Amino acid sequence: MVPLTVNHYLALSGVLFAIGTAGVFLRRNLITVLLSIEIMLNAVNLTFVAVGRYRGSVDGQIITFFVMTVAAAEAAVGLALIIALFRHRETLSPDAFTALKW
Amino acid sequence: MLLLIPLFPLVGFVVNACLGRRLTKSISGGLACAAMIASFAVSALLVSRILGHDAAPLEFTLFEWMTSGTLHVPFTLRLDHLAAVMILVVTGIGSLIHIYSTGYMHEESDSEYARYFSYLNLFASFMLILVLGANFPVMFVGWEGVGLCSYLLIGFWFRKQSAADAGKKAFVVNRVGDFGFVLGMLLIFATFGTLDFQLVAAAADTRAIEHGAIGVITAATLLLFLGATGKSAQIPLYVWLPDAMEGPTPVSALIHAATMVTAGVYMIGRNAVLFSHAPITLSMVAAIGVATALMAGTIGLVQNDIKRVLAYSTVSQLGYMFLAMGVGAFAAGIFHLYTHAFFKALLFLGSGAVIHALAGEQDLRNMGGLKKYLPVTYWTFLIGALAIAGVPLLSGFFSKDEILFKTFTATNPNRLLLWGIGMVTSLLTATYMFRLVFLAFHGERRVTAHGSAHPEEEEPVAQTGHAQAAAVAHHDSHGHGHGHAHAPHDAPPSMAIPLIVLAIGSVVAGYVGVPHALGGSNRIEQFLEPSFEVSDGRGRLEAAGGGAQSSEPAGVRPVALQESHAPDATESSHDNTSTELMLMALSSGVALAGIGIAWYFWLRNREAVAAMTARFHGPYTVLLHKYYVDELYDAAIVQPIKLLSTGGLWKGADAGLIDGAVNGVGQTVRATSGVLRRAQTGSVRTYAASLFLGVVLILGWYLLKTLRT
Repeated sequence: MVPLTVNHYLALSGVLFAIGTAGVFLRRNLITVLLSIEIMLNAVNLTFVAVGRYRGSVDGQIITFFVMTVAAAEAAVGLALIIALFRHRETLSPDAFTALKW
Repeated sequence: MLLLIPLFPLVGFVVNACLGRRLTKSISGGLACAAMIASFAVSALLVSRILGHDAAPLEFTLFEWMTSGTLHVPFTLRLDHLAAVMILVVTGIGSLIHIYSTGYMHEESDSEYARYFSYLNLFASFMLILVLGANFPVMFVGWEGVGLCSYLLIGFWFRKQSAADAGKKAFVVNRVGDFGFVLGMLLIFATFGTLDFQLVAAAADTRAIEHGAIGVITAATLLLFLGATGKSAQIPLYVWLPDAMEGPTPVSALIHAATMVTAGVYMIGRNAVLFSHAPITLSMVAAIGVATALMAGTIGLVQNDIKRVLAYSTVSQLGYMFLAMGVGAFAAGIFHLYTHAFFKALLFLGSGAVIHALAGEQDLRNMGGLKKYLPVTYWTFLIGALAIAGVPLLSGFFSKDEILFKTFTATNPNRLLLWGIGMVTSLLTATYMFRLVFLAFHGERRVTAHGSAHPEEEEPVAQTGHAQAAAVAHHDSHGHGHGHAHAPHDAPPSMAIPLIVLAIGSVVAGYVGVPHALGGSNRIEQFLEPSFEVSDGRGRLEAAGGGAQSSEPAGVRPVALQESHAPDATESSHDNTSTELMLMALSSGVALAGIGIAWYFWLRNREAVAAMTARFHGPYTVLLHKYYVDELYDAAIVQPIKLLSTGGLWKGADAGLIDGAVNGVGQTVRATSGVLRRAQTGSVRTYAASLFLGVVLILGWYLLKTLRT
């Protein structure tokens, strides 16, 4: 069995990030989009932890905690916004919200 | 002490301008008169100190005005012999006009009355600064000041459109001349490095006379002369003066006699040395002067407005003064200026009395037979007319003869032509003046019921009901309760006294300059002599050598003109005496002939006038329309400027270019953003995609860079 190196972690993280990105662009439900963003964030978290361990420092873990708290706040605000938007338009498709256009 | 002369009227101006609304008429008018009389007293006192031939000029430096590099201009007042004559004229005649005005303007409301006197005092103050200024910039202060005051006073009844327009016209036309004056002043500074009159004269004296070549002195003097034509109403800038009749009549008297228009003549006299170094300019001055004299004289012959006739006669007489300056007879020109001040003030104030008596009637055709009703006005006016016509033994005779004689004996190659035109103008002067006298005072009375309105002074928008009532009732009755149909009454004392004083002046003023030919000593010429020379006395010595003590009339001329004109003293004096006597007899004859012509046409045989106008209908119409000069200027200058301003500057440059630039910036931004806002689709997905793409691109670029190294 091949020992796990930092490259494996980075590859997994890249796959997760790509999945998240694809989710953000392709899904037509705002809640799923939010979930995809969480996946992207966690892909980055994984990178931080992996690289932190590889370099033997705790910085990566510290930053991960920060990201997690911010992500929690972001999820709370994002969900609240989504609820407000849904009340407004009776839909969760991102294409329905184009009021900011010319 | 010297400062007090212009300061008194200035104080009068300040008080009347600030407190005038609250002062009664007797206080504001009395204050203005007192200021002028005080100024006159100081002037007389100071002049008495420099009466001697060799007396040094009085000088007073108030402060350093401008100091910059080599430019050094102190605010200096200087009283020399030339300025002495001028300040006596300005303050003396000015005082009489002030006193007269207290009567003439009595119907104005209190605040208007104070405004009038504040302007009048300011006018006198600026004129005194102009005269007393010891260098060009100080003179220019006065020069511009009188321009401003003439604008204010001509447009005094500014609610009347024509008066406001006339004020503007005077101001604008004067600006054209002032432009020349400023340029001449700068050229003089650039050439001589100084602006003090005495220093400029001394510096110019060391340079060669510019015979036949247009050098820097010629250029400078021509520019200065342009300024003089503006102030002194000569061709081509005389057009403002006849229109200046829109102002109150005493203002016309002040502008025409004592101040303003004499400024140009005075300025040339002040720079006599400079001008005599530029023969081309001098012949130009003489030519313009005599052309103006003739032109204005012919126009004056057919005008029907009493004040306009006098206005053209002023232009014509100013032409005489310039003729004198142009042939180098500076003293004769100033002498004529001085006598002219008396009789022209008299004539204007007399015409004011007529207008006053007839409730504002100014048209000669509606006058006639006034001799009976206005004896004081008639007799004083007659004396003025005789004086201006050049009837022997009155003041105009001496000064006008002096000019004609000096022209006749001048070195100018066209002297006979100049002299001939001068004589013709003299004939015209006598004719139109006596046409005026006969039409206004003699014959049957043609005055029908006067209109209640006062055409000269009506106020379309009176400030108060009181003023309105006064405006209707006032001028004809002078508050004595006469109705409109009543006989005209003679001038009240406040107006009659100045008339009488001026009449006496018109008779005796000439006796300071009785020519040698008549056994006099021409004292004014000797008195003025030092002012026209370089102050180092070189000119005087030379003049003495040329026979100034005998009756050599050329003695007064500046060195420059004398070089080519140095006749043997005794012989030439004999010759000149007989020539002068002959010329005198001739011009007296011409004056009397002019009066005779006027008598025949406008008193004895009125039908002849009609026949003449019918026969010479074309020329008559041209004269009546003043040679269409106003129309010509309108077509040649005013309309093109208007066109350029409207089409080019307003619609082209301002609306097109400047507004266009401002609006163009806005439109460019709007157009650009119109394209750019297409990017704002509102689709969250697109935004996210572009964000992502951007990040990928940036990171990719860094990655590439890292991989390369």
